[in-house]
Amino acid sequence: MPGTEDAVLRCEGLRKSFGASVAVDGLGFHIGEGETYGLLGPNGAGKTTSISMISGVLARDGGEVLIDGEPLTGGSVRLKSKIGYVPQDLAVYPDLTGRENLRFFARLYGLNRRDAARRVDEVLEVVGLSDRAKDLAKNYSGGMQRRLNVALGLLHRPRLLILDEPTAGVDPQSRNSILDSVAQLAAQGMAILYTTHYMEEAERLCDRVGIIDQGRLRAEGTQRELVALVGEQDHVTLTGDGDLEALSARLAELDEVTGAGVTDGRIEVFTHDARALLPRLLHVAEAEGTTVRSVQVVEPDLEAVFLHLTGKALRD
Amino acid sequence: MRTALLIAGKDFKQRLRDKTLLMYALLLPLGLAFVFNLVFGGVDEQSATRIGLLDADRGTAASRFTDGVLRPVEASGAIDLRTVQSREEGEKLVEDGDLTALFVIPQGFTAAVESGAETAIVIVGDEGSPTGTSVARAIATSYTSQVTTVRLAVALAGGGDPQAVQQAVASSEAVAVERVGTSDKQLDWGTYMAAGMAVFFLFFTVQFGASGMLEERENGTMARLLAAPVSRTAVLAGKLLLSVFVGAVSMALLMAAMALLFDAQWGDPVGLALVVLTGVVAATALMASVAAFARGHEAASNRQAVLAIVLGALGGAFFPVAQLGGLMSQISKISPHYWFLQSLADLSGGASVGDVLPGVAVLAAFAAVAGGVAVYGWRREAGA
Repeated sequence: MPGTEDAVLRCEGLRKSFGASVAVDGLGFHIGEGETYGLLGPNGAGKTTSISMISGVLARDGGEVLIDGEPLTGGSVRLKSKIGYVPQDLAVYPDLTGRENLRFFARLYGLNRRDAARRVDEVLEVVGLSDRAKDLAKNYSGGMQRRLNVALGLLHRPRLLILDEPTAGVDPQSRNSILDSVAQLAAQGMAILYTTHYMEEAERLCDRVGIIDQGRLRAEGTQRELVALVGEQDHVTLTGDGDLEALSARLAELDEVTGAGVTDGRIEVFTHDARALLPRLLHVAEAEGTTVRSVQVVEPDLEAVFLHLTGKALRD
Repeated sequence: MRTALLIAGKDFKQRLRDKTLLMYALLLPLGLAFVFNLVFGGVDEQSATRIGLLDADRGTAASRFTDGVLRPVEASGAIDLRTVQSREEGEKLVEDGDLTALFVIPQGFTAAVESGAETAIVIVGDEGSPTGTSVARAIATSYTSQVTTVRLAVALAGGGDPQAVQQAVASSEAVAVERVGTSDKQLDWGTYMAAGMAVFFLFFTVQFGASGMLEERENGTMARLLAAPVSRTAVLAGKLLLSVFVGAVSMALLMAAMALLFDAQWGDPVGLALVVLTGVVAATALMASVAAFARGHEAASNRQAVLAIVLGALGGAFFPVAQLGGLMSQISKISPHYWFLQSLADLSGGASVGDVLPGVAVLAAFAAVAGGVAVYGWRREAGA
């Protein structure tokens, strides 16, 4: 985990209220270079409000945002050029072409005409829109508009890229394209703050995850750390021919196994690391004379962690 | 400034593709101007104001007024002059609508003028024709104010010698007639209606810029703009800059088209540029002030349309309301349209840049007050 001193983004004690309603209450986390940090939370948890404050779109009531150690304030126009922002809602001009949309923002970020033209071509290539660059954005499919939405955040090679649910409502092909682009950017050293409703996206992309609910960070860490934090275990289900009761008793004696039993003709095994246990489990089954017909491994996921921490499903 | 120009340029490209701008800025005002010119173009020639004259004095000062002022105005075609023999006859003609106004020069008028005593030219007006009465009042006022001015000047220099007054009055005739042609000049009907349409649609033309802030917010692009190294002020400046630019270009094209197609005479080009520019800025500021307090683009557009129509109607964009006289002429002055059209009329009548400065100042005041309200509204919205 990168140290907070070297963090590209560091937030401390972020607070925002709308009237009597507290949207964000003392939020703090950091993201290092090349790290992808997922901010997970249900609707109304405070994700978009947090991101709006971090990107400088929304004034905060309290707390601090530091980009490369420099505090972001209302007047930090220059510092904002280190941030790339992809808002949750589509934020493109429908009656401009894809290329015109990109060129406008490239110029807005201070690129001269030549650099802007070159960079626009590069970014169009990255998001796979080169062949539709001259079409008006309103004539793009939903997925293509989403890709353009992402491309606009990448133009100026930001140090920190903030993506607020960038794949909401897109087709699988565009979704994959976006996720691949994000992974590629992280590999190039960009710090990425990513919010999503899709647990599998967070699991696929994020090095660390913060779980936010009611404006507060409930927990953060790698997926494994979070799972360990809430005590969730891997679950192996085994079916086969032979003395299942005997095999179950034999498996329960293994150090790595925390529990085993037979239910409805299946052996249920609980362990902290199913992947490590699996070869030994099969070996024991063979030794006990059981012919294994199927093995199913269910690792605890962030959804379970989320449910455990907040008492509700992520998409509630 | 670079950022504001980039935003204005982007908006301009969008507006050109939208086509609505072209409709409000050029097609509608020009089309309606063409129609109004067809309908009203010949009105001025066909309906000269019919004015009666009863000269009960027949003295020198009276004949200076009738021969030196009224006859030349009649010769210009602005009035039809008819001499009556008695006040009763004249009043009957006014009542029957045969005359729109009657001048009564009372007995002893010349003696009173020469001796410095109080006297008056009486105007009997037709209630149903306030415009004609206004014309008569304007002619008489210009003459009597000249006499008063000269009398004061002579009183200071020569002790009020009657002969000197008479000579001075005689020498002021040409000036008195000339004043009728300038300060109280109205644009001819066709040009007036065309100018009215131009300023009326100007308010719709410039509303895009001001409400563009709301459009950006509704499209989600405002968040993206504010996340970029751009201040909220620069975004607003870009929007307003486009409004002023489009408004000024639209007015310039309309004025040029009207001059070419309808032979409109706009007068001093510097004065015209000044009036148009302050008018455009005032319109932009007023539309911005409405948008700044609206919740959404559609609500803003509706309110802006209401304001544009009300101010346009009051200010005389459809009809010269100020010529109705009385309270309406005063109410008309709360509208920037009035000051804009009046300044154009003055320029068309030969007024100089200096003559239209008061009108320009009022338009600038509209811009300053509305602009202040708009800035307050946007700041309030930004802090929310």
